[in-house]
Amino acid sequence: MSSSMGKTIGKNIIRMILLVIAVSIAAFTLMTLSPIDPLQANVGQAALGSMSQEQIAKLEEYWGVGQPPLQRYLAWAKDFFTGDMGVSLLYRQEVSKVIAVKLGNSMFLMVMAWVFSGILGFVLGAVAGMHRGRAADKIIRGYCLTVSSTPAFWIAMLLLIVFGVWLKVLPIGLSVPIGVEASGVTFLDRVRHAILPAVTLSITGISNIALHTREKMIDIMESDYVLFARARGESNWQIFKNHGFRNVIGPAMTLQFAAISEIFGGSVLVEQVFSYPGLGQAAVSAGLGSDLPLLMAITIISALFVFGGNLIANILYGVIDPRIRKGEKAV
Amino acid sequence: MKKKINGRTLLLFWLVLSVLFLTAVCIGGSFLDETARVTDFSRKNISPCIQYPFGTDWLGRDMFARTIRGLSISILIGVCAASVSAVAAFLLGVVSATMGKMADGIVTWLIDLVMGIPHMLLLILICVASGRGLKGVILGVALTHWTSLTRLIRGEVLQLKEQNYVKIAYKLGKGRWYVAMKHMAPQLFPQFVVGLVLLFPHAILHESGITFLGFGLSNEQPAIGIILSEAMKYLVTGKWWLALFPGIMLVLTVICFYTMGDSLRKLIDPASAHQ
Amino acid sequence: MEKNTSPVLEIRHMNISFLQYEKGFRQVELPVISDLNLTIEEGEMVAVVGSSGSGKSLLAHGVMGILPYNASMGGEMIYRGQPLTRKRIQKLRGNEIVMVPQSTSYLDPLMKVGQQICKGSRDEEKKKKLNQIFHRFSLEEKVQQQYPFELSGGMTRRIMISTALIENPRLVIADEPTPGLHLKMAKRAMEHFRQLADMGAGVLVITHDLELALETADKVVVFYAGHTIEEANASDFKEVSLLRHPYTRALWKAIPQNGFESIPGIQPYVKEMPKGCPFAPRCEKRTAECEGEIPYRKVRDGYVRCLYDA
Repeated sequence: MSSSMGKTIGKNIIRMILLVIAVSIAAFTLMTLSPIDPLQANVGQAALGSMSQEQIAKLEEYWGVGQPPLQRYLAWAKDFFTGDMGVSLLYRQEVSKVIAVKLGNSMFLMVMAWVFSGILGFVLGAVAGMHRGRAADKIIRGYCLTVSSTPAFWIAMLLLIVFGVWLKVLPIGLSVPIGVEASGVTFLDRVRHAILPAVTLSITGISNIALHTREKMIDIMESDYVLFARARGESNWQIFKNHGFRNVIGPAMTLQFAAISEIFGGSVLVEQVFSYPGLGQAAVSAGLGSDLPLLMAITIISALFVFGGNLIANILYGVIDPRIRKGEKAV
Repeated sequence: MKKKINGRTLLLFWLVLSVLFLTAVCIGGSFLDETARVTDFSRKNISPCIQYPFGTDWLGRDMFARTIRGLSISILIGVCAASVSAVAAFLLGVVSATMGKMADGIVTWLIDLVMGIPHMLLLILICVASGRGLKGVILGVALTHWTSLTRLIRGEVLQLKEQNYVKIAYKLGKGRWYVAMKHMAPQLFPQFVVGLVLLFPHAILHESGITFLGFGLSNEQPAIGIILSEAMKYLVTGKWWLALFPGIMLVLTVICFYTMGDSLRKLIDPASAHQ
Repeated sequence: MEKNTSPVLEIRHMNISFLQYEKGFRQVELPVISDLNLTIEEGEMVAVVGSSGSGKSLLAHGVMGILPYNASMGGEMIYRGQPLTRKRIQKLRGNEIVMVPQSTSYLDPLMKVGQQICKGSRDEEKKKKLNQIFHRFSLEEKVQQQYPFELSGGMTRRIMISTALIENPRLVIADEPTPGLHLKMAKRAMEHFRQLADMGAGVLVITHDLELALETADKVVVFYAGHTIEEANASDFKEVSLLRHPYTRALWKAIPQNGFESIPGIQPYVKEMPKGCPFAPRCEKRTAECEGEIPYRKVRDGYVRCLYDA
């Protein structure tokens, strides 16, 4: 790896850190703008009652009215940086603990959906692009366009009706069976409960990667080098093996890493439908219940994931493409 | 011999069909406002039949009327928000490409920032910031949808800047703003219109999502997201029609917007001359 | 090799046209090549000469069966005595019939050069042959491990010719193989094709450079606005009076040693093609008859598409 690439990665990391800080400022500003006072909104809630005096003081310090916003932000940032994310009003727990549990649940779901939709989307997109205008292409493209016109939460509802209510083969909600002790939950239980949400996320995730892979594949199929390969008698499979895959995998991987944001966004809706206790559902509850400390933390965590994905995408691109890896010489 | 319909005529056909469907929904929605509210317990929970093609709900409301009314509200909100977003995108794109390195840096930074927070989450944040309700939804959708179109416009303008007639205009001492408005805007207009139309479906999908989650309108305003979120509660009892038909209509609406944008794009695109 | 008296490739009345939208919703057919005729014998090197924009690249794509989907082709192609159908070319291209492409864009940017020449095969025989070819072209062996973007123009050219040499071709079609090369390199490239012809293959070189073509080719087919207007022996170009068509003579006069004279006017665009002889608007000898059908007829051991041969 050349030193110029190291430099680029360094630059990217600095940019990412600055962006995360900017996200936190933007999110904090939005919260400050909110007309709903979290303390007022949650007065009388059990959470407030169970908090120590110290914790309530801290809440007032960040989210109360007394101080100018800049100072409140700095105080919050200092605590956040040292790992103190505050206390969730809804869950009566430290935010970091809530996030750890919810993120764990969500990761399970999102990783499954991300891998599955990535592989299947790539294959479908490649097939469609190689057979442009033929039946396979029309079916795949039709599927993708329909799905990208369909809200994820509605697909989730349909799956729920079919598999949960009619066929009764898969559970309707929650990540573990109700009334079972945490220790009694088997891995299989978790999988069974994550299937429908993960399938929903995959179904919606496929279309993006498939459509982009298809476009890219069509460009490649129309390129002079594929034309030449055809003139040299290469079969369709050889063309895919020698040229198609090679040229399309880089952009596809980049796209899939950049699509983390979409999966995150989709999980908010899907987890809500399946009442799957993940980060997305927590975000909705936090938003509806004005649990600002939790909402702040979720925003920053998800931003970290998104920027991290972008960073990996950038690095990958450099590793895969020899023109960047070797540093293209000026001709 | 059968006359072959060529690609462009077909595109025009789809374009007209989509526009007709959407107009019908909007006009229908404004007439069905009253019908959508009528509750009648004598006809509650009827599954779809000839009289009530989409069935009725637990309050005996006609789901067809509610769906059309809800869709028309959603389309209106989506179109409003997307238009605001598109205008912002246009201005930011032009500014970014013509007003120097500094402006470009700021706009690209803003794009990265907005893209950094998952759409749905940012929508939630903005809705919370504006105290929920209609204002929050429109603001939220408007503030989250300008990024891709801004990038597109920026790219177009950067290309235009390399054109000779633009270079000459600069040489003649015309101001940046003058050149941008006089020489570039007319070239950008087609792209802008297509970009705008293609924002509608996104806007409507996100609008329905955020209202589904409960951040949008009150229950008296039956936006499509609210209808579906109410239907959620009755899913387990087997009232599938409450979710199925409004959803299908929503999907159709979104597809129509996509078709509209796509046909427009292809009709404008000079490369489609070779078919 | 069995003795085969029929020509390697014979093209009769080839025409290629594109379907395109006019204003609004009307589709029109644009003829890019009309009535193209040529014959290549075994061991013969034929140059198709025409200025850029005359549609000569499409000739190569037409023979190889790789025209874009909105193009349609008519006429007859006969390869070694049998019609060259779609199915037949699909079987023959890449081994008996090879094409040498025009520019770097015909090489996969992400595939190493060596692999690319061997079409990704790891066959030892092929590798040996590749090493021989590289040696012959004075290319270093490490170039096989490089990507196309790392090559110089001259190297790229040699790599593209190598893609033809790795096979055992009976028909080589080279599409503009010399632009961007120094005169010395260009001459060397043409000599490689000459060698292929001397080894018994039929070689068709498509070029805009008449001078260069005359040095190595046996026959020259002159191409103007999608029509073949003359087929002449290279030796005919020694004496202008041996040439048959006014445009060929104009080309001859444009060569520096022969006066460097150019004629006024430009090639007509396909949409504004004149009736009858495409060259008539620029021709000094045109008459009213030139607007009618012009036959492609045999004159002095060659062919010409002109009513008046001097």
